Amino acid sequence: MASSAAGDPRDFLGVDAGLADEERDIRDAVREHAGSNLAPHVAEWFETGMLPARELAKEFGRLGVLGMHLEGYGCAGTSAVAYGVACRELEAVDSGLRSFVSVQGSLAMFAIHRWGSEEQRQRWLPGMAAGELLGCFGLTEPDAGSDPGAMRTRARRDGSDWVLDGTKMWITNGTVADVAVVWAQTDDGVRGFLVPTDTPGFTAREIKHKLSLRASLTAELVVDGVRLPADAAFPEVRGLRGPLSCLNEARFGILFGVVGAARTCYEAALEYTLAREQFGKPLAAHQLTQRKLADLVVEVNRAALVALHLGRLKDAGTLHHHQVSFGKLANVRAALEVARTARTLLGANGISLEYPVIRHLANLETVLTYEGTEEMHALSLGQAVTGIPAFR
Amino acid sequence: MPNIVVLVKQVPDTYSERKLNESDHTLDRESADAVLDEINERAVEEALKIKEASEGEVTVLCVGPDRATDAIRKALSMGADKAIHVSDESLHGSDMVATAKVIAAAIGRVEGVDLVIAGNEASDGRGGAVPAMLAELLGMPQLTHARQVTVDGSTVQVDRETEEGLTHLEAGLPAVISVTEKINEPRYPSFKGIMAAKKKPVETLTVADLGVDAGEVGLANAWSTVLEAAPKPPRTAGQRVDDEGDGGTKIAEYLVGQKLI
Ligand SMILES: Cc1cc2nc3c(=O)[nH]c(=O)nc-3n(C[C@H](O)[C@H](O)[C@H](O)COP(=O)(O)OP(=O)(O)OC[C@H]3O[C@@H](n4cnc5c(N)ncnc54)[C@H](O)[C@@H]3O)c2cc1C
Repeated sequence: MASSAAGDPRDFLGVDAGLADEERDIRDAVREHAGSNLAPHVAEWFETGMLPARELAKEFGRLGVLGMHLEGYGCAGTSAVAYGVACRELEAVDSGLRSFVSVQGSLAMFAIHRWGSEEQRQRWLPGMAAGELLGCFGLTEPDAGSDPGAMRTRARRDGSDWVLDGTKMWITNGTVADVAVVWAQTDDGVRGFLVPTDTPGFTAREIKHKLSLRASLTAELVVDGVRLPADAAFPEVRGLRGPLSCLNEARFGILFGVVGAARTCYEAALEYTLAREQFGKPLAAHQLTQRKLADLVVEVNRAALVALHLGRLKDAGTLHHHQVSFGKLANVRAALEVARTARTLLGANGISLEYPVIRHLANLETVLTYEGTEEMHALSLGQAVTGIPAFR
Repeated sequence: MPNIVVLVKQVPDTYSERKLNESDHTLDRESADAVLDEINERAVEEALKIKEASEGEVTVLCVGPDRATDAIRKALSMGADKAIHVSDESLHGSDMVATAKVIAAAIGRVEGVDLVIAGNEASDGRGGAVPAMLAELLGMPQLTHARQVTVDGSTVQVDRETEEGLTHLEAGLPAVISVTEKINEPRYPSFKGIMAAKKKPVETLTVADLGVDAGEVGLANAWSTVLEAAPKPPRTAGQRVDDEGDGGTKIAEYLVGQKLI
C-alpha cells in the first residue's frame, strides 16, 4: 500500500514510508489478520466480557506475533519497530487484543528470555511463541501498585524447594495462563518465579465488573503454600530491576499501540462527519468540526512519529527508560484526547458500541493506568530533567 | 522431489480504482495499489503444498516492473525458496505472446523443472491464455483450470472445472498447470516467513539476459492494439418498489416486463 502521499488520512505525514520492507509486510500481515479475524468480533467480546483466548493465541502464534522481537526459541526475531507496528495495528482494533500480545510477548516471554535459565527457556518459550502455552505476569498486588517494592508476596526456602504465599491483583490472562511469572520477596530481595498454574495452592479468579478493557481477561491470583523446585526461580536477577526491565518492553509496545487506537477513533470521526448532515450540510463542513478534525490529525500523527523515533532508538540499542516514559505519557495522553474529541463528533453514536470510539475511550483509561500510571511516568520525566527523584 | 516454478504477477488491487493510461492505453500502474494477484497466492499455496508433501523446491517467477518486488517478497514470505524477476523497460505493453516467450526463456534458466504452476488468468488483463501458450513453447503438456492437483511420482493428475463440467486430466512430468480460485485457501505469510524472505535469493534479469530479441516484445510489437478505451458508464439508479402488501406481485410484474420470467 502506497502510504507516502501527503494527506492520506490513514498516514498524513507518511510516517510509514520510513518503515523497512519487512516492517511494512508485517504491518500488512497484521492488518489482514486483524481485519478478517478480530475486528468483526471485537465489539461482541467487549460487550460480553468474554475472549476466546486459546483460539486467539493459536492464531497469533501461527502469524508469529507472540514474542516476535525475541531471538530464537521459535520467535521471529524482528526489529523493535516491527513489533511496535504490529502492536499499533492490533490496538487499532482493541487495546485488549494488544494487551494480550504485550503480556504474552513482552512480559511473560521477555522475562523468561531475558532472565530465565537455558532450561527454563527451552521448556516454555517455543510453546508460548506458537500460542500453545499462555503466560501471565504477576507483579501488582492489592496493596502494591505504583510502589511494587511494597509487595507482600513472599518466597521462602524449605530445603531446596521454594514455598510461595501471597496475592496478585489485576493480572491479565491469569485465568487462562499455563505459567505465571510471579515476583516475590525473598531474603535476597525480589526474585521472579515460574509457577505452572496447575501447581497445588495456585488459584486464579476472574475480576468482573470492569468497564474498560473488557475484551481482555483479568484475574486475581492467589499463591497459598505453592511449593516449587529450586529451579523454578530465575537464577541471576535480584530486585525490582527484573520486573521493571519487562515493563519497559511492554511500555514500548503500548506507546506504539495507542497510535492505532487513536487512528481508529480519528478515522471513525472523519468518516462519520463526512456522511452525517446537520443544518443542511455535512458535519465535516462546519468550521468547528474541521478544527476538531485538524486537532485529531495532529495528535495521531505526532504520536506516530514519537513512536517510530523511539522504535529506531530501541533498535539502535540507545533507548533510555526515561524516553520510554516520555512515549507512554505523551502517546497515551494524546490517544485519550483523540478518543474524547472523536466521541463528541459522533454525537449519540459516540457512546454506542456500534462504533469503535467509546470502546477505545474506555480502554484507554486502563492503558493510562497500567504499566506505570500517567503520574509515575511524569515523575520519571521529572527525575530525568531535574535529577531529583520525587516518588516518595 | 518436484522442482516447481510458480508464475506470479503483480496487479492493481481489485479494491482500488483501475485505469488505463490515456496516452497508450496500457495499464496505469500509478493509479492503483499494486498487490500479488490473489489467484497467484493460490498458485503459490499449491506449489508449497506439493513441496511440503515431497520436499521439492519452489521458484517464483515474475515478469513485471521494479516495484513487483513487493509481490515477489510476498510469495517468498509464504515459503517459496527463491525468485527470478524479469524487469525491463522494453517489456512495457507486451502482449500475451511476448509475455509467454519471456516466461519460457526464464523457465529455461531453472534446471530440471518438473512443474510450472500459474493462475488460470490474471485479474487485470484476464486473457487467460499465457499458461497454454507457455506449455506450447516449452513443449510440455498443459493441464489448465485445475481445482485439484495430485502429483504422484512422475505423473500429475488434475480435476479441471469448466462451465461444461468436470474433466480428469493426467500427464507425465514436466507439465504446465493453471489453477482456479477453488484450488485452495492461501496461507498468510508468518512473521518468520517475512523475516526469512529477506535472505532468499532473487535473481533480476533483463530481456537481453534471457536472449530474447527486444524486437519481439513491448507495445510496438504486440499482435493486438487497444485503439480506444472508455470508462464503464456509471450505474443508473435502480427502480424502487414500495411494498404495500403486494411487493411480490410487483416484482413478478417487473420481471415479466423485462422478459426475465
Ligand atoms: C485491566 C488491567 C490489567 C492489568 N494487568 C496487569 C498485569 O498483567 N500484571 C500486573 O502486574 N499488573 C497489571 N495491572 C495493574 C496495573 O499495573 C496497576 O493498576 C498500576 O500499576 C497502578 O497501580 P494501582 O492500581 O495499585 O494504583 P495506585 O498505585 O494505588 O495509584 C492510584 C493513584 O495514585 C497515584 N499515585 C501513586 N503513587 C503516587 C505518588 N508517589 N505520587 C503521586 N501520585 C501517586 C497513581 O498515579 C494513581 O493515579 C493491570 C491493571 C488493569 C486495570
